[in-house]
Amino acid sequence: MESIREFIAASQHPHAYARALKESGTAIIGYLCSYTPEEIIHAAGLHPMRLFGSAEDISLADTHLQSYCCSLVRGALADVLAGNLEYLDGAVFPHTCDTIQRLSDIWRLNTKFRFFADVVLPVKLTTESSRAYLSDVLKKFRMDLEEAFDITITNEALHDSIQTFNTIRDMLNTLYEIRSENPSKISGRDLHGIVKGSMIMDRDAAAQALVKIADELRAEAAPPAPKRKRVLVAGSVCSHPDVYTMLEKAGAEVVWDDLCTGSRYFGGMISTSGDPIEAIAQRSFDRLICPAKHKSITIRGENLVQAAREHDARGVIFLQLKFCDPHSFDYPYLKEFLDSQHIPSMLLEVEDQLPGEGQLLTRFETFVHML
Amino acid sequence: MSTQEQKNKRKFRSAGRMREIMTEYYIEAKSASQTGKPVAWITSGGPVEPLIVMDVIPVYPENYGAMIGASHMGSDLCAKAEAMGYSMDLCSYARADIACALENGGPIGGLPKPDMLVCCNNICGTVLKWYEIQARYFNVPLFIFDTPFCHTGFSDAARTYVRKQIDEYIDFLETVCRKKFDLDKSIEVGHRSIQGQRLWQKVLDTATHKPSPMTAFDAFFFLALIVTLRGTQTVVDYYTELLDEMNERIEQGIGAIENERYRILWDNLPIWYRLKWLSEKFASHDACLVADTYTTAWCGTMKYIDENNFIDSMAEAYTRIYLNIGVDEMAESVLGMIDKYEVDGVVMHSNRSCKPYSFGQYDIQQIIQKEKGLPCMMIESHMVDERSFSESQVDARIDAFMEIVSQRK
Repeated sequence: MESIREFIAASQHPHAYARALKESGTAIIGYLCSYTPEEIIHAAGLHPMRLFGSAEDISLADTHLQSYCCSLVRGALADVLAGNLEYLDGAVFPHTCDTIQRLSDIWRLNTKFRFFADVVLPVKLTTESSRAYLSDVLKKFRMDLEEAFDITITNEALHDSIQTFNTIRDMLNTLYEIRSENPSKISGRDLHGIVKGSMIMDRDAAAQALVKIADELRAEAAPPAPKRKRVLVAGSVCSHPDVYTMLEKAGAEVVWDDLCTGSRYFGGMISTSGDPIEAIAQRSFDRLICPAKHKSITIRGENLVQAAREHDARGVIFLQLKFCDPHSFDYPYLKEFLDSQHIPSMLLEVEDQLPGEGQLLTRFETFVHML
Repeated sequence: MSTQEQKNKRKFRSAGRMREIMTEYYIEAKSASQTGKPVAWITSGGPVEPLIVMDVIPVYPENYGAMIGASHMGSDLCAKAEAMGYSMDLCSYARADIACALENGGPIGGLPKPDMLVCCNNICGTVLKWYEIQARYFNVPLFIFDTPFCHTGFSDAARTYVRKQIDEYIDFLETVCRKKFDLDKSIEVGHRSIQGQRLWQKVLDTATHKPSPMTAFDAFFFLALIVTLRGTQTVVDYYTELLDEMNERIEQGIGAIENERYRILWDNLPIWYRLKWLSEKFASHDACLVADTYTTAWCGTMKYIDENNFIDSMAEAYTRIYLNIGVDEMAESVLGMIDKYEVDGVVMHSNRSCKPYSFGQYDIQQIIQKEKGLPCMMIESHMVDERSFSESQVDARIDAFMEIVSQRK
């Protein structure tokens, strides 16, 4: 499908895509975390661009970050130091984890872009005071953008952007549901490319294309569902499309995920009525949380079990970045929740490169056989 | 005077009293179930004063982590946590404590069970996850005191948010303890906390004297009280005596090491299981670790505290502590210490257990070299997991570093 190829191309060559966009006159703001208030950036007429740390040689980060820093952060820093992100007009760092928090400092001290902002979000998402604080922080971010780019971000523009992002989220969710219903309709690899591409491409173009893809997939005659075992992938960022193809080879289909490059990105719609900033803040309270945030002590375990049940996943693959503290701390309890429901799981720790294909395939096959 | 007599002269008479106080403290905490006093586990940078007001016994898993490390029990407990599924790359305090809770192992037979957990994330995001784990395990109420990170300052929004949380914290304590918060008592506790912090700063300040009457290794030991019993009279009395002892040493010309020729600044938490070895190693080079960024963290935000309005102003003080600020502000603080203590070199502990403390060290190192031209070295380890420490490598590095320091002087 032509429109799918557009997403895949953007996901494979994010810098080329961004450079072309920049040449067309659009200013670009980079970010690393799915809690970034993209709607505000978009409403400012700027382009929010997710950074995945794609530098080939991440050793460039060695003069600033120790070897026990995760590859996402080292990769992003190496990218910017190598000059691969020269198209950026700035970057925004929402408060995520200890490591990204320090990356923000190192970035601020070692790069020179027009714009820089820390959006220090609350960590606990349970109280009225944290909700009020979150709104205050978002309002400040709006003002910072207005000042830096000498523009006014109107409520109308914010409402329009919210619509655009709601469409993206709604359509990504629809595509996930289509795949969960019948994985033959769209491959896991393609869907991964679509989600990733959605964080790179022009959002209006992405929203339109996603509607089209969803329509076409819905209209397509359903080929018979493959006879592979249904699994769910959980973790932080997945930048490895090969994981999906290798799992297929091993006899499994990824039918859902709990990833910040997946369901955590598109989960939770923003209300289109009322104050747009309050509405954006509210979504952070509604969406599935990442382990660096607090909502309750068991919510992530409950959500994971529920997602596995809803999508009839027979097993869960934890795909974790090595040195990712928040996810590593949650892993034993999430596994325990799954164990109590007799859902087997396996843990795969990855860095910027996947383990060798043979080794990985064997591990996947062994796991899939157990299901 | 014989070498032994000289060594005895350098020993601190206050050390014994410190051990007594800590023993009494742990006995009281361990007998809480019999005395009916509630126990709260609290993070090391957390606002403890409201607990003191409410007669709650504060217990610090991080202080206990230090004990575990110093007793060489860290590796075993960390390995147990790994068997439970916790990655070996996680904080070794957290790993050791999580394993201890299950096993009742560790020094003093484990910590008393908590009636509540108070987690303040001004030191790291790790404590959030760690306290969530303990809240699931002990099934007790958890209060999260969320202190927004101050990359480039303290915003008005953060001020409002943190101040509001003090009220929420007090509400939480009133609910759990089923009694009212005594405002008059909170004023007293606030005063004692400030007094304690001032005295602790004065103790650390005595190291500006040449030769220094104390080393950072001594500070790591004497620190326990300002962490655990801040806000009590015990701390005020003890540090008053300790300060007297330091001043006596200065008057009598007693240096912390035999022959202080070089003065070194230490960055990051101690390597608890190699304190003695490191202390002797540096002393063998006539190097005295006169100051550190770690122990000053418990008195570093005095400038934000209003003595007449402790409860309100502690919101800002607790949010702007050393680990909750940007790398550039940390570097400024380090530069200030370099001048204040007149140091000749900086040793940075690149602590795999503490990412917020360690990431950014390379940038701070560059700033130090640019601004002061001082040599810096890095020692990598996990603060209580000995398996991560390579003694021979560190030994050779310290020799090389001290050679550079001596050449510059």
